[in-house]
Amino acid sequence: MKTLSLPRIAFVVFCALVLLFLILPVLIIVPMSFSSTRFLTFPPPALSLRWYEEYIGNAAWMQATRVTFAVAALTVLIATPLGVAAAYAISNSKLRVMRIVHMMLMLPLVVPIIITAVGIFFVYAKVGLVATMSGLVLANVMLGLPYVITSVVAGLQSFDPAQEMVARSLGMNRLRSFFAVTLPQIKASVLTGAIFAFISAMDETVVGLFISGGQYQPLTKRMFTALRDEIDPTIAAISTLMTAASFLLVLIASTRQKNS
Amino acid sequence: MLALASPALLVILLLIVLPVGWLAWQSVYHDGFTLENYRRIFSEAIYWRSFALTFQISLLVTLLALLLGYPIAYAATAVPKGWSVVILALVILPFWTSVLVRAYAWLALLQRTGVVNQFLQYLGIIDEPLALVHNTFGTVVATVHILLPFMVLPLYATMQKIPHDLMQAGASLGGSPSHTFWRIFLPLSLPGVLAGTTLVFVLCLGFYITPELLGGGRTLMVSMLVSRNVELYDQWGAASAVGVVLLVSVLVIFLIVGRFVPLDRILGQK
Repeated sequence: MKTLSLPRIAFVVFCALVLLFLILPVLIIVPMSFSSTRFLTFPPPALSLRWYEEYIGNAAWMQATRVTFAVAALTVLIATPLGVAAAYAISNSKLRVMRIVHMMLMLPLVVPIIITAVGIFFVYAKVGLVATMSGLVLANVMLGLPYVITSVVAGLQSFDPAQEMVARSLGMNRLRSFFAVTLPQIKASVLTGAIFAFISAMDETVVGLFISGGQYQPLTKRMFTALRDEIDPTIAAISTLMTAASFLLVLIASTRQKNS
Repeated sequence: MLALASPALLVILLLIVLPVGWLAWQSVYHDGFTLENYRRIFSEAIYWRSFALTFQISLLVTLLALLLGYPIAYAATAVPKGWSVVILALVILPFWTSVLVRAYAWLALLQRTGVVNQFLQYLGIIDEPLALVHNTFGTVVATVHILLPFMVLPLYATMQKIPHDLMQAGASLGGSPSHTFWRIFLPLSLPGVLAGTTLVFVLCLGFYITPELLGGGRTLMVSMLVSRNVELYDQWGAASAVGVVLLVSVLVIFLIVGRFVPLDRILGQK
């Protein structure tokens, strides 16, 4: 494996180029966001915080940011307990119907997002949930559930249910034994699921495009609308901040996973 | 136990089963039962051309992703641990970046005054900026970029389980490295290839953000047909029928592939 043959060099160069293709577009937004000009020249003629100031000074962007964070936080608060309960049921039940339940809970990953978005829009239009905060949160809870469930089911697989049996045989009821014995041991997978549900809600765009409006528009909807019209460097600043937030959260999730 | 899963199930029923069911109902019912919306998909050029284009683009994107992704996944299994962590990080970080952010980055990279055109002009390869975006080319490039991790991760998961001993056994019996690769490694990695290609193809069929932002209105993919019918023309029945055909295509693909590879292995990557 140590010889340097021509095919091997070609292979390494090819892989390096593909990895560059993967990461470069993600990184390129950072220098763009610190550019002093409106035009996207690279490298930027001079550095400035102009676009960050534009973002922070703009009431509409700030309102959208608040909506995004409120929606993501509420989504996590609702989707995490629902997802953990469902994952526990899936892992501990021997009922055949549970397999079907599990498959149904994965539906948000199977149905193309545009269909989900339009379908929810039709239903919301009937019941008056369009352009509301609760409508937005509910849709994101649905979209986030598979992440929590997948992560927690995986966590429960490496957990020995006999431990919970012991606690119950010592007199704890099922609920107490879950919180005292099981939960502490699967908390890394719960946290991972919650983080992914948060990122999913923060990045969600298509459903929000159809069902959000008025003062309850998330960041991604405003960004999408702005991008359709012109390339505003303010979006580079927002993108940089969003990407930094995502990376930080993924980092927390992966270090927690490793510690446990 | 079922009771524990019921709150989550209720959310799924109300927010995806009911909406999709409603969509299906609306596609065949408008003041009475009608198949007009479906007839239109097959008779009007704009509809079936959009379906044909969507399948072509999805096929192209899937092939490109496989071509770029297979070597990366292979490298991640073949290099020492430290390097494989680096490779996987470079795959996973874009994966967790907003699709919208990545579409924006490509818009900035590929536009007339963008980085790529400036670089090519600086090198003297071209005199006039190339039209790299607001067309099918830009859509395909950005879509491949966004979907590539969905190819690499299932490939890596499968390749990682291929025992190294097998390759060594093949080599000790006199097989050249390329021979052991083609006859041992490649066949064993096929389940991963099937999982990755299915996932990328199906996700691409329903892709909306990149064709909308980078296609310049000319690359009319099926998802855009759905959204235009809702937003611009108020044709909910037409949008629903297109949506149903798209959904049925996706489900049929999953059903066929599910016979060969367990579905949760495909979806586990998302």
